[in-house]
Amino acid sequence: MKRALFDALQAARAGKRPAALITELESGRQALLDGGTSSGDLALSDSELVLAKQALDDDRSGPLEETNLFVHVFNPPLRLIVVGAVHIAQPLVPMAALAGYEVVVVDPRQAWATGARFPDVRLVTEWPDDALRDLKPDRRTAIAVLTHDPKLDDPALGVALDSPAFYVGALGSRRTHAKRLTRLREAGIGEPALARIHAPIGLAVGAKSPAEISVSILAQMTQELHGATPLVKAGARL
Amino acid sequence: MTVKHDDVLGQAGRWRDEGRKVALATVVSTWGSSPRPVGSQLAVDETGNMVGSVSGGCIEGAVVLEARQAMDSGTVKLLEFGVTDEMAWEVGLACGGTVRVFVERLE
Repeated sequence: MKRALFDALQAARAGKRPAALITELESGRQALLDGGTSSGDLALSDSELVLAKQALDDDRSGPLEETNLFVHVFNPPLRLIVVGAVHIAQPLVPMAALAGYEVVVVDPRQAWATGARFPDVRLVTEWPDDALRDLKPDRRTAIAVLTHDPKLDDPALGVALDSPAFYVGALGSRRTHAKRLTRLREAGIGEPALARIHAPIGLAVGAKSPAEISVSILAQMTQELHGATPLVKAGARL
Repeated sequence: MTVKHDDVLGQAGRWRDEGRKVALATVVSTWGSSPRPVGSQLAVDETGNMVGSVSGGCIEGAVVLEARQAMDSGTVKLLEFGVTDEMAWEVGLACGGTVRVFVERLE
């Protein structure tokens, strides 16, 4: 790879712009697609350009059909928005970062959302609905609502369910969630949107501690991200 | 918060900035079960330092050898490993899949 193209790719990644590197596998010639324009020593036909852009939108690296070209998609990191700078959020933030997520923690309660409790992560202290509107969740965003306080959780869920986020989870027991659904229905949110909420949050792995609950949340996010069906051990009781 | 184990290209660039020869290996296609998806990368420097991966560890040894040749010659290579491939048995691709890996020098 030519150093100039490498540097251009790294600049696109640092600027959080979606970019695709297209390589002709026989010659090693390459083109970089960044913001609709391509550069490099590989000239792409119009149809190849269309296919490469499609791969970028689909977030799917792979060979371009009927060519000897490989498209390597470099999308910005997945995002996790955690609403509630609570105890469970403390292990969830670094675990999600390790899994490749860019994490933002939202909590207007400044006693909770402190740099001492949450080092190395972006903290937003706006009210959750305003914060989520500003953050513009897209289909590569997960949202975990953890405050356990309806006056913070409900506005957050209102905006989350109006977004294309691939995962929306909310902390709380079945009873808490039943009450929450009643409130959200009264607020005019429809059943298909309400059915998107994962609650009680996380896969049922018997999690107890904040770190274990974080594992179960991250596992459920991963399952949704990849559209996976969990494997069940033979003879396991469901 | 940066994640070191995933910043393969960042590390490759830093090695190159220090004047080391560097090669990149990228998984370009997979069939059957394979532990690392298409797009996974491994960077290697001239002394054999590695960051990233292109398999669960079973083909890295062979890929590193090819990478060290590529960083000297500048010639790109497309490697294929699979159960039908004698070499894959030697390097122990036990997972039963096939992977193709593109190897190139970082200029």
